[in-house]
Amino acid sequence: MSVLIENARVIDPASGFDGVTPVCIQGSEILALGEIPEGFEPRRRVDARGRWLFPGLIDLSAHLREPGEEHKATIASETIAAARGGVTTLVMPPNTDPPVDSPAEVELISRRAEQACGVRVLATGALTRGLKGEQLAELAALQRAGVVAVSNAQHPLASPLVLRRAMEYAATFDLMVALSAQDAALAGSGCVHEGAVSTRLGLPGIPEAAETAALGMILALVEQTGARVHVNRLSTRRGAEMVAKARADGLPVSADVAAHQLFLTEVDAADFNPFCHVIPPLRTQRDREGLREAVARGEISAICSDHQPHESDSKLGPFAETRPGISALETLLPLTLRLVEDGLLALPDALARVTSGPAAILGLTGGRLAPGAAADFVLFDPDGRTEISRETWLSAGANTPFMGWSFSGHVTETWVAGRPAWTMPIEVAV
Amino acid sequence: MITAAFPARPLPQPGPLPNDLQLTSTGQLRHLLTVEGLSRELVTEILDNAESFANMNEKAVKKVPLLRGKTIVNLFFEASTRTRTTFELAAKRLSADVLNINVSTSSATKGESLLDTLRNLEAMNVDMFVVRHQQSGAAHFMARHVEPGISVLNAGDGRHAHPTQALLDMFTIRRFKGDFTRLKVAIVGDILHSRVARSQIHALNILQAGEVRVVAPHSLLPAHVEDLGVHVFHSLEQGLRDADVVIMLRLQRERMEHAHLPSEHEYFQLFGLTQRRLLVAKPDCLVMHPGPANRGVEIDSAVADGAQSVILQQVTFGIAVRMAVMSMVMGVRSA
Amino acid sequence: MPEIASLLDSMAEQTRRHFEQRGIEQPIVVGIHSGGVWIAEALRERLGYARPMGKLDISFYRDDFSRIGMHPQVRPSELPEELDNEHILLVDDVLFTGRTIRAALNELFDYGRPASVTLAVLVERDGRELPVEAAIVGAHMELGTGEQIKLRGPEPLRLERVQLEDGR
Repeated sequence: MSVLIENARVIDPASGFDGVTPVCIQGSEILALGEIPEGFEPRRRVDARGRWLFPGLIDLSAHLREPGEEHKATIASETIAAARGGVTTLVMPPNTDPPVDSPAEVELISRRAEQACGVRVLATGALTRGLKGEQLAELAALQRAGVVAVSNAQHPLASPLVLRRAMEYAATFDLMVALSAQDAALAGSGCVHEGAVSTRLGLPGIPEAAETAALGMILALVEQTGARVHVNRLSTRRGAEMVAKARADGLPVSADVAAHQLFLTEVDAADFNPFCHVIPPLRTQRDREGLREAVARGEISAICSDHQPHESDSKLGPFAETRPGISALETLLPLTLRLVEDGLLALPDALARVTSGPAAILGLTGGRLAPGAAADFVLFDPDGRTEISRETWLSAGANTPFMGWSFSGHVTETWVAGRPAWTMPIEVAV
Repeated sequence: MITAAFPARPLPQPGPLPNDLQLTSTGQLRHLLTVEGLSRELVTEILDNAESFANMNEKAVKKVPLLRGKTIVNLFFEASTRTRTTFELAAKRLSADVLNINVSTSSATKGESLLDTLRNLEAMNVDMFVVRHQQSGAAHFMARHVEPGISVLNAGDGRHAHPTQALLDMFTIRRFKGDFTRLKVAIVGDILHSRVARSQIHALNILQAGEVRVVAPHSLLPAHVEDLGVHVFHSLEQGLRDADVVIMLRLQRERMEHAHLPSEHEYFQLFGLTQRRLLVAKPDCLVMHPGPANRGVEIDSAVADGAQSVILQQVTFGIAVRMAVMSMVMGVRSA
Repeated sequence: MPEIASLLDSMAEQTRRHFEQRGIEQPIVVGIHSGGVWIAEALRERLGYARPMGKLDISFYRDDFSRIGMHPQVRPSELPEELDNEHILLVDDVLFTGRTIRAALNELFDYGRPASVTLAVLVERDGRELPVEAAIVGAHMELGTGEQIKLRGPEPLRLERVQLEDGR
């Protein structure tokens, strides 16, 4: 179908474009930006006066819980939540049940995603068989099946040697390895940041060194092997500094941070709030500032949701017995835009962290608005409000510490492949 | 290039602060979950009320009808005969009915969640839970989910808090020493894993103790321990110098297994309390221990049974303090 | 306000006659804190009773605990002797609703089983909520609503009428 969207303020971080201009869509692609081509007859016209139009968000990590944990969430429920949040492409980690360590699982996920609302679901393949950390999975087959990267989720590898071999093998196919920088032994059974708050609460802590020691080893191996590595979910200032230095030295390293790490700290868990139980943990004020600065400078080039929906029982119990994770698809965009309000970075740069930045990391052509690009975009009303409340929440997991928070602006429509995947219900519109 | 397009709006504050949970709007004790955050006045009131009950214990009649008709449930997820017994005695001396429930770890993991256990017991019209659990925050969790009008008393949660122990220790110190402001108190041992130590540190600081010291090897101290308001010592000699009170903590066998310490032998060499080591403290320094004591590991028998030891009195006072706390939380009917 | 001294004289005389009629020689005098203790001491002196006096603090036996909570500054009750088969002279300053006396009786019976308990009060006023009466009364007083009578002491002992704002 052909669609003309007029009068929107179009923001494309990849090209730097920011202005009011018409957008022409033909089928599943953007036909033109700026001038309406000769003979273009739109079947539908959208007057987007007062709205913004920017590329659909690309989320580097969102757990959809299917297959294996459908009692927590499903591909169907979470892709709708993603669409509400302006996310048009999301990447699933491999730790489903069974894990994504063979092409069959990749195909299963693709099929299920197609039947859902249209949001693009990409898979990360398992680095090792069963995610057990010992034997390599068939990485080439996984790549052929369409995984965008491989990782071992948060499961440890048997030894640094296995990590080295895995990185070298993946590099054979130019397949990116995504790694969690957390030393399992140093982290132990920790569930909060090891610091003043963990001492007060008497909870086992995960020291900063668990991240920096693991990161040191990862970076040393990147230097040794030349493999392309992405660091998942940095949580420390020191870790961000190490990555920045590695990048400045020319190493093929990228990193992302979960949006909540840019706002919350260990203090938010100080009353045993189970919704602040996350791995990696919320750390100190200083770490938060360090991460924010790294995001502002682009040293961390992507912000992701690290979406982990849980059923309510998982969060009902003494803190250490609750499952870690935040249901975060619907707060990724609001939190990213809040960084602009805080004066941390300009609007196009903030949007880049969730669109062109992740696209570059994964080597995707998406995350931008240009003729020939996929028609994946968000229509946004900057004057409205997004209320984070149970009533409007779409994810099957309500486990978020941001309940009750209120943000500027809201998504009015999310389009994928030239069709609306989600439209804001009228009664909610202010 | 268009810069920040939003007008700045204020960020909502992060999560609630503690203590809304255990105090009513008028500052009375609704639950007792932790000593942390209680006012000096409230702690003093608890100790004063305990005085009444302590005196009562010496009289012929050991029972008063204050809590007659009330049902108190001792919900112990961690085995402890000693603590459970003192809570049971305290409740019975207040004429309450007592229900003892020992939940072994295996039956808990078989399926009934903490919340389910709570709901089932509430359905039997109980008035108070005394809870001991291996996880920090368990008592807070119960207090958050319990029906209004039911009180929760923390008998020890993980490494977090053991408020009645700290209060009875403060009662003991006050009985023998009086004014806290001129006291140097040393807490010796495994601070890292100790809920008793954390509660004692809070209580001593609330009562404005002259100096609170912790004495332990690095591997048994939690991160940022100074932030709790203590001076850190790694040598027993230095930590005990001129001390008015020394509190010895129990060393558990598991610490050797996780590489915190090489052996009990070495620990006793460096940190065990002997008669000789005690000499650097004040001559009338009190020797305390929350019990049960590992003789020959953290404390010499001669010291544990010696003239300066008030370990047995701590046990006696524990009943009075628990009677006081139970009476105070039960005497609060409105929210 | 009637004079305390003359009330005490009258009470002593009533007490002497009461116990003479029953053939009781040395009852145990027990006063209820604080006013009852002062009156009991005064009576014991006038009557020349030799046996040590008892003092009761009834805070732990009050029936309004769940409404008002823990009473601060509870003094320990002191009962110098065994009560079994003894005759008790229970003394209080003001008899009003009768609840204090009920609490005192409960507490006494937790200590032992007296042969009898005789109640002596300095002032008795209307307003009984329980079936309690005193055998020995210093004075009967009529009071208006919201008025209370209080005994101040210990030196000098004097009665005071107090008007309460909310009437209770």
